[in-house]
Amino acid sequence: MANASAGKGDFLNNLGRIYALYTGGFFGFIVLVGILEQLGVQQKYLGYMFMGLTILVYAFIGVVSRTSDVGEYYVAGRSVPAFYNGMATGADWMSAASFIGMAGTLFLLGYDGLAFVLGWTGGYVLVAVLIAPFLRKFGAYTVPDFLAARYGGNAARLCGVLVLMACSFTYVVAQIFGTGLIAQRFLDMNFEVACFVGLMGILVCSMLGGMKAVTWTQVAQYIVLIVAYLIPVVWMSAKKFGIPLPQLTYGQALQSIAQLEQEFVQKGLAPANSLATSHTAPFSRYSPANYFWLIFCLMVGTASLPHVLMRYFTTPSVKEARQSVAWSLLFIFILYFTAPAYAAFSKLEVYSTLIGKNLADLPMWVYNWGKLGLINICGKAAASAAAVADSCKAIAGHTGVLRLQDFSINTDVVVISTPEIAGLPYVITGLVAAGGLAAALSTADGLLLALANALSHDIYYKMINPNAPTKQRLVISRVLLVVVAVLAAWTASTRPTDIVAMVAWAFSLAAGGLFPALVLGVWWKRTTKQGAIAGMLAGFGVTLFYLVITRYFPHIGVNYFGMVSNLNPITGAPLISPEAMKAALSNPALLDGPVAASHPLQSRVGWFNINNISSAAFGLPVGFLVMYVVSLMTPAPSKELQQFIDDCRRPKGKTLMDEKSGLVASH
Amino acid sequence: MANNTDDIYWQKTSKLMVTMMVLWVIFGFVVHMFVTPLNGIKILGFPLGFYMAAQGSLIVFVVMLFSFAKAQDNIDRECGVAEDE
Repeated sequence: MANASAGKGDFLNNLGRIYALYTGGFFGFIVLVGILEQLGVQQKYLGYMFMGLTILVYAFIGVVSRTSDVGEYYVAGRSVPAFYNGMATGADWMSAASFIGMAGTLFLLGYDGLAFVLGWTGGYVLVAVLIAPFLRKFGAYTVPDFLAARYGGNAARLCGVLVLMACSFTYVVAQIFGTGLIAQRFLDMNFEVACFVGLMGILVCSMLGGMKAVTWTQVAQYIVLIVAYLIPVVWMSAKKFGIPLPQLTYGQALQSIAQLEQEFVQKGLAPANSLATSHTAPFSRYSPANYFWLIFCLMVGTASLPHVLMRYFTTPSVKEARQSVAWSLLFIFILYFTAPAYAAFSKLEVYSTLIGKNLADLPMWVYNWGKLGLINICGKAAASAAAVADSCKAIAGHTGVLRLQDFSINTDVVVISTPEIAGLPYVITGLVAAGGLAAALSTADGLLLALANALSHDIYYKMINPNAPTKQRLVISRVLLVVVAVLAAWTASTRPTDIVAMVAWAFSLAAGGLFPALVLGVWWKRTTKQGAIAGMLAGFGVTLFYLVITRYFPHIGVNYFGMVSNLNPITGAPLISPEAMKAALSNPALLDGPVAASHPLQSRVGWFNINNISSAAFGLPVGFLVMYVVSLMTPAPSKELQQFIDDCRRPKGKTLMDEKSGLVASH
Repeated sequence: MANNTDDIYWQKTSKLMVTMMVLWVIFGFVVHMFVTPLNGIKILGFPLGFYMAAQGSLIVFVVMLFSFAKAQDNIDRECGVAEDE
């Protein structure tokens, strides 16, 4: 035991040196692979090297950090310094969607896509100021722990677990899906097999060491993902503008884009109305109300997602928990303020090298991605020069010159293909794939742990078998972790088409279900047990209702709940004309159950023209209101409970939940 | 008496919270309501309205959180509720 703790001290004292060495080693490895590429080693093997080595490193950290201590397993022994917890949170937070999808979304949506950039950063202000330090002081293992202590018992705990499950499970499926896609594309694997390979990558990090192992792996993964994100775009900036600071130089790219947009219209290469959707024009894809509600829901969702909040349970003190949120945001900021540059550079590249070209002269990469169905020209996959010529010929009056409206690119391809489009060596492409993998794996680790801990700690230990000995608790935790992981991998391998959209839902669900209970729990002593439970169920219920109805049962929404067509943000006209609405509603196929993703009504009807991605716009106010009213109608919390809230508010003193037994200290 | 210092502590903490929330609303939302007029101003090629959403507000958020951690720690110390080191 003495030895073990001495070893731990050595590790924590040498964190800086260890991770500096690791970062240096990673750069050395990139150079090595670059040299091998020049020597003529096949691209496929370079891809294997990147994937293989990084996964080996994560697995090594996972095995070295194995633990049989409950505190280490659930909260990394509360010994993670603010700075490193910030990095780990960065990796925990930035998923495949941030790494691969964000720049693509900005490419496609222009200014309106910045709602994601703002929403996914500004939420940390709420985390730091309203929630995280108080939960750290309480000393929770899981978010439902806090709800149970503050709102007197297992009913509130169960509500918390319910919301947690709903928002974390779809999220983790999406991460495994992303892992599978990357492994499939770069290792030439069958997609279903790739999903389960991804699963192994996730389990080696988390199973033996729980939170402790996940923390130190996530730090390593953050370094890989941020290096992989920055190198290509820094390189492009240096190549194009002579300054390796893409965040400064893309202003010039924006200007060139605006110029090209004008020229295209003058030369007849783009429709005249395309200027309304130019890259920097606001509110062309989202109405102002939708834009701001989306920012709001993403921010509040960020502050309510359990896998993020639980990272702040691992710091040594309340003070460090606060600092740690600031570090997290800094590390996240580094990627998010680079993403718009990425988008601008690749848009400029596409505009200046493709649009206006003869169809016969398109570069090779168009067909490489077109073959996979990820680039469309004239409405069909750009599989080959002949295919492109055919599909454009089918359009009346097409002159054989590529126009802006002929070209479309899948948002996920933008980041992965940019190194190739910009003519950088393959080593950079391999690096980007390793970065995407790190982003997906690290987020999946955090989510799986949140899910498995809710099942093992909250459901099994707290509700089913409170007398379980420590050893048994850890065995159960690991078994449940594997079960949840396999279930998630299986779901991902069935390729659920809606999964990406569902991730965006997680934010609204978490916001509507958890935010009012967490914030009022600390900031309003009068919140009662009944109020909290009613508020959580109402907030979560309304959010879920709006999501499910608008997406799957829009006809029921229109027929029974007064929903109407959403509006076009530029013209203000309904997306679905009254005649089209009538026709769609009288289609008997609607009675067959939920509508498909291709249905004309899906996600295009609603209340007050609010998109369903911002469902918490309804759930959150309802949650707060119900919590407030029901709390005032029920007797005020006891003296003891008020004392408990005071103790949560004050940093001084011990944590309120006992480390070993998980019982709340009495007063 | 103990209750009294607690009250002062919570008053100061709440005041800091409100300040932070006001800044959050301004830089998360209010600034971006003026995106169209701001876009008329160009700096290094960036339309200012676009820049605020892509970088400006983000920088403000980061600075806010580091100064919040510091300010709250000062309040903790003043009121004698800081953790033992």
